[in-house]
Amino acid sequence: MSSYSITEPSSRQKWVAGSLVIFYAVITLLPLVWILTTGFKSPVDAIAYPPKVMFEPSLEGYVNLFTTRTRVSQEQLEALPPPATWYEEIVRNRDMVIAGPSRYGERFLNSVIIGFGSTFLSVFLGTLAAYAFSRFKVPLKDDLLFFILSTRMMPPIAVAIPIFLMFRTLGLSDTHLGMILLYTAVNISLAVWLLKGFIDEIPREYEEAALIDGYTRFQAFYKVVLPQAATGIASTAIFCLIFSWNEYAFAVLLTSGTAQTAPPFIPTIIGVGGQDWPAVAAGATLFLVPVMVFTILLRKHLLRGITFGAVRK
Amino acid sequence: MSEVKLGGLSKTFDDTVAVDDVTMTIPNGAFVTLLGPTGAGKTTILRLIAGLERPDQGDVTIGGRSVVNDTPAQRNVAMVFQQYSLYPHLTVRDNLAFPLRSPLLKTPEEEIDRKVLEVAEVLRISHKLGNKATNLSGGEMQRVSIGRALLRDPSIYLMDEPLSSLDAKLRSDLRIELKRIQENLGATLLYVTHDQIEAMTMATHVGVLDNGRLVQFGTPREIYENPVNLYVAGRLGQPRINVLPADLFAGAPTGAKSIGLRPEHIAQGEGKASRVKRVEHLGDQTRLHLSLDGHDIVTLSEHHTTIEPGDTVAIQPRNPLFFDASGARIA
Repeated sequence: MSSYSITEPSSRQKWVAGSLVIFYAVITLLPLVWILTTGFKSPVDAIAYPPKVMFEPSLEGYVNLFTTRTRVSQEQLEALPPPATWYEEIVRNRDMVIAGPSRYGERFLNSVIIGFGSTFLSVFLGTLAAYAFSRFKVPLKDDLLFFILSTRMMPPIAVAIPIFLMFRTLGLSDTHLGMILLYTAVNISLAVWLLKGFIDEIPREYEEAALIDGYTRFQAFYKVVLPQAATGIASTAIFCLIFSWNEYAFAVLLTSGTAQTAPPFIPTIIGVGGQDWPAVAAGATLFLVPVMVFTILLRKHLLRGITFGAVRK
Repeated sequence: MSEVKLGGLSKTFDDTVAVDDVTMTIPNGAFVTLLGPTGAGKTTILRLIAGLERPDQGDVTIGGRSVVNDTPAQRNVAMVFQQYSLYPHLTVRDNLAFPLRSPLLKTPEEEIDRKVLEVAEVLRISHKLGNKATNLSGGEMQRVSIGRALLRDPSIYLMDEPLSSLDAKLRSDLRIELKRIQENLGATLLYVTHDQIEAMTMATHVGVLDNGRLVQFGTPREIYENPVNLYVAGRLGQPRINVLPADLFAGAPTGAKSIGLRPEHIAQGEGKASRVKRVEHLGDQTRLHLSLDGHDIVTLSEHHTTIEPGDTVAIQPRNPLFFDASGARIA
């Protein structure tokens, strides 16, 4: 039985579309695969030419990522007691001993604090502002909204020098607070505009019903508007996090020690004892994980239409 | 339940006058219907009473106390909206319980359970309590929405065309149900509609609105039998009242410009001859479309009439309504 439908694509169309999608996915995923595999290669395999597709996996990159090491002479090495752990053994095979932990953990934690902190702040402030713009008679509303958007009409890095000077004067250079505020300032315009769109689509009748049902304006916002804006809030949060997590230029400029995030730190790994590509790749791989997990957790909210069907128009 | 009074209430949006100097008393326990076309200000009056809008002028008193400066919550009114009525992120049960859980009422959970079941029983939605609000038919949604209002014990129930989005069968069922519930509770109810059957069948009082003004307020019978002007006369009655030049028939009072003839105002058998243009058999009634000196007239005939198009029927007015040039009733 063959049925013909003008809305359902034919199997040939599906095949072509599917192939195109797979082709595109392969192209975009290839660099990721390269990073992922390099992290598990030995330094020799990592720079082998032609590149090795099959190789013996090694955790050396990850060990190097988390440790600092010192080279020792053969006599010194033999005088040492046998290695106590598997990672000490890997290091000793290269005629080195572990001198201590690297700073990757701290930098990673900085990224988490600054990335999630600024995301939370952007979405929190953005939701309140978007609600106000959506529901209240704000004087000069259109001008204010344009002004908010205009902060994104040039690359943020264009104002790097004034920000650098401002941060130095205010003592915000190389602080978590400074970076959180900076990333929030960049993200807030996106957050306000995205969220205003979502909140505009929630009919006012719901809040009015809640007001009449005995709730205050804030309770109505909290109990009725927020749950329905969850989709918008989740997708806004993902966009904000991706920006602040990946931001490189300001991080290089404004952080050096205490508040340095992972992106400016990862390239510095390469300088520690030769070109250690596996360690860099390992650092990059781990760096991808939080955003991926966050996106997967909020994925179902990215599918629009949670309220679809509730509204009879 | 309380008496609700509107005194000189006015509200303007930008350039549009939505409500114009409306004064009206909704007696305790009355079922008052506001009737008027779209844009007549019906919904705005509800919103002014609920506190969702602030009047430009005038006063709203509930139970003798002015409430214009109160928040909607403080006014203790219940409202059923025309649409967007249910919170889509909650289940039917939570939707019903929502007002009871408000900081205003803070009802204990076991009492909420009991009340929700009771109302669900009355509105025949008990089997849907666990459903998401989005997972209901239009009729069920509106029943839940009415149920949410009924769960409370407000000063007044405000209903904004609650049945307008339902199909005809459900509408007539719910109409009877609603009237029964109102009578049982002795509830004060202000009901907005543009459906004259709803206005006539449910209301103890009808207020007719025209461009924000309250043109007439009275019992449905009064409004039907003694309309103050042509506009009111045209709002009620099926088929609509026939409006003809007053001089078409003899005996018009001085100053009369037009004569209003409802089907019961037209006596058949004697008088001026009119030609039958069309006969409509609607089952419960038979409508005659007549032509008299170039004027179209619609009236009723008996069920099994043998009148056919082309026939001639003699008609004359019987206690008709007369209106002056401005449309005001003069006799």
